[in-house]
Amino acid sequence: MNNNEIFEPTIIGFTCNWCSYRAADLAGTARIKYPPNIRLIRLMCSGRLDPTFVFKALASGADGVMITGCHPGECHYLEQNYKALRRFHLIRRTLKGFGVEPGRVKLVWASAAEGAKFASETAVFIEEIRALGPLHWGKSNGYTPFGGKPPEFEPAPESPEEVPA
Amino acid sequence: MTKHNGSKPEVQERIGVYVCHCGTNIAGTVDVVQVAEWAASRLKTRGVVIARDYKFMCSSLGQELIEKDIKELGLTRVVVAACSPHLHEKTFRTACARAGLNPFLCEMVSIREQVSWVHTDKEAATIKSQAAVSGGVERVIHHEALEPLTVPINPATLVVGGGIAGIQATLEIADAGHHVYMVEREPSIGGHMAQFDKTFPTLDCAACILTPKMVDVGGHPNVTLMTWSEVEKVEGYVGNFSVTVRKKARHVKTEDCTGCGICQEKCPKKVIDEIYEAGLGYRKAIYTPFPQAVPRFPVMDVDNCIYFEKGTCKACEKFCPTNAINFDQQDEIVTLEVGNIILATGYDIFDARRVSNYGYGRLANVFTSLEMERLTNAAGPTNGNIVLRDGKTVPEAVGIIHCVGSRDRNFNNHCSVICCMQSLKFAHMVHERTGAIVYNFYIDMRTPFKDYDEFYQRVMEEGTLFVRGKVAEVTDATRLPGEEGKLIIQVEDTLAGKQRRIPVDMVVLSVGLQPRQDSNETAKLFGISCSANGWFIEKHPKLDPVATMTEGIYIAGCAQGPKDIPASVSQGAAAAARVLGKIEQKEMALEPVRASVIEEKCSGCRICNDLCPFNAITFHEDRMVTEINAALCQGCGTCVAACPAGAIYGTGFNNEQVLAQIEGLLLLNVGDEPVPA
Repeated sequence: MNNNEIFEPTIIGFTCNWCSYRAADLAGTARIKYPPNIRLIRLMCSGRLDPTFVFKALASGADGVMITGCHPGECHYLEQNYKALRRFHLIRRTLKGFGVEPGRVKLVWASAAEGAKFASETAVFIEEIRALGPLHWGKSNGYTPFGGKPPEFEPAPESPEEVPA
Repeated sequence: MTKHNGSKPEVQERIGVYVCHCGTNIAGTVDVVQVAEWAASRLKTRGVVIARDYKFMCSSLGQELIEKDIKELGLTRVVVAACSPHLHEKTFRTACARAGLNPFLCEMVSIREQVSWVHTDKEAATIKSQAAVSGGVERVIHHEALEPLTVPINPATLVVGGGIAGIQATLEIADAGHHVYMVEREPSIGGHMAQFDKTFPTLDCAACILTPKMVDVGGHPNVTLMTWSEVEKVEGYVGNFSVTVRKKARHVKTEDCTGCGICQEKCPKKVIDEIYEAGLGYRKAIYTPFPQAVPRFPVMDVDNCIYFEKGTCKACEKFCPTNAINFDQQDEIVTLEVGNIILATGYDIFDARRVSNYGYGRLANVFTSLEMERLTNAAGPTNGNIVLRDGKTVPEAVGIIHCVGSRDRNFNNHCSVICCMQSLKFAHMVHERTGAIVYNFYIDMRTPFKDYDEFYQRVMEEGTLFVRGKVAEVTDATRLPGEEGKLIIQVEDTLAGKQRRIPVDMVVLSVGLQPRQDSNETAKLFGISCSANGWFIEKHPKLDPVATMTEGIYIAGCAQGPKDIPASVSQGAAAAARVLGKIEQKEMALEPVRASVIEEKCSGCRICNDLCPFNAITFHEDRMVTEINAALCQGCGTCVAACPAGAIYGTGFNNEQVLAQIEGLLLLNVGDEPVPA
């Protein structure tokens, strides 16, 4: 990457079906602008967020991950966003252990009415990631760890029969 | 695990990609033709056999395009890149079903709300749309043919709030032959409308048109009326809600009470009625708020009752001819089983004390519009005589100030809709009953809807004086001769370009409507959302103004936003029609998004057991495996994410689908193409 060029990060955003996805919809309906660096995935609930999804995104080329959900106490499934909160801290701690900046993962609460908040928080996060620079985890064009070759993993066993005794 | 698409196994599916222009809504910012062409070439190895762009995919021609391709090209998966799935997912799923493809093999990606409407850079928006399509394609490969879950609809309905919107909804459903439970927190139904004297623009008497409807509700064989009651808990889901209601102790045995009113007559304790009389009149410690109250049974105000205070009195008990008084009565908790719920919880009025420069609460003859309603009401504290706070002086000049607490960034930004017409109504009535000079101070006059502007013309012709300008201050500090003993309204007359001081005897503040103080708690209780300022959010602001994002919960009346009586009645009836539609279906299809345990993989670790707030997870001690009850599961997926063995399968949002979508979204970042954004 040319040093004079502004770094354009790619961010994966996880939204919940009831609040934050609706907030993103509302930002659209209200034509509130934010930078195009975020790509959204809809889950039913932030509680559905498997930490694997975050690591997968970062390992597949994303520079940051934004986790969004209903405000505490307003979860459509009563209290599942609290579980997302717990996992968020777990994810950040794990990333730190990997030597990755924990700030690459952010948690944002946005209710269905907060389109403006969704847009502004997204814009802020994009700038935070821009400041951190590219992650280069698993990218083939540029720096890659493990000598430029993506590491091969053993595929997970599909059925219990394959599990060695 | 491989990352590069080149090394992935060949995809067996035949996928069709459809990119919508949405007129210029999408095509104005996204190069939709390029997105389709890119999908056709770049995603060919991922199973895309056809990619098209079309002006309006949701039109019947657009849908036919998809149906034709499914039949002629043998598509097994469909990806539609258009608006939010919340808007048109059903449309495209139905189109697939018509062509014989299982509707759940269709995936929508949003390139309008999430791309074209929020971004301006055409190149970046096009690349983001390509990424979204790629994510959708990767995801849809892992979709499965599903059957919707069907749940029976309990035909009983709960209506919360007994104002005019709730009353209308109740009567519509009850008249259609289905049972309705109406829960009202005050002792009587009727809501704010019961406090009004006349209704604009026809000036028919509010009580005359409202009380017959109240009586209908009270005596309807299909209605169970619970006043002086509040909903405490809501469990379950559309079709099968279980609602816990607290019936507060009335201290009156309703089965014995005849509503004769002797208890109210004999009760020695007078209390200022802050609710029904807006603080202008009195009621007793045992009372019905007004003579036409429904139900006719009084309630005992234990905070003010002499017996509860001092231990003696019991005048009501002594004089009750049917022995209906019961001082020991306790709150009663009842559980209702209903299929649908309509929330018509109404509004609060803006607290005029907050605008301190208008002097309400400090200057005696500054009134709120609700107090004015009571003053003009023939059944009110002054028998309909418009007089000053002293109870006898008839005003010679009256100033009515519009937009108090509305359209004011210090308080509420919204327009309260009814205040202009309400102020005109007061102007007419002051004229008619006192002959006083009436000034109306307005920012903008808003009189839309049938016959409203004609009423405005009429009030102008009657001689009401209109001053355009926001009132700066109401004061009793006199400066000029002729102002002694008057209230002076200081205002900039923006049409004449002059500052004016107008002396009047009485000031009426047309206070705005605002959401109920506890609207956020109510929303939480029923699992719906409130807007930032506290009104309940409808499913779609234009196309679905009575439904909410929570299936089976509908909203009507001012709880959704400020509106007048005709609009509240229409919305109450509309909500009822929606509920009746659901009842007629007898059962309804739900998204088959559910979790299930793959028993062979379950290690019995029980990590998931405590995660479910719906008690859908049970552990079988004998087999040492966990099981999920599909009827109780709501599909949030928290247990799916938590299972360390990957033994819980989340239909519709399974791991393969989400992981594939992540890969697809990032295709441009790891693939052979440069990464512009």
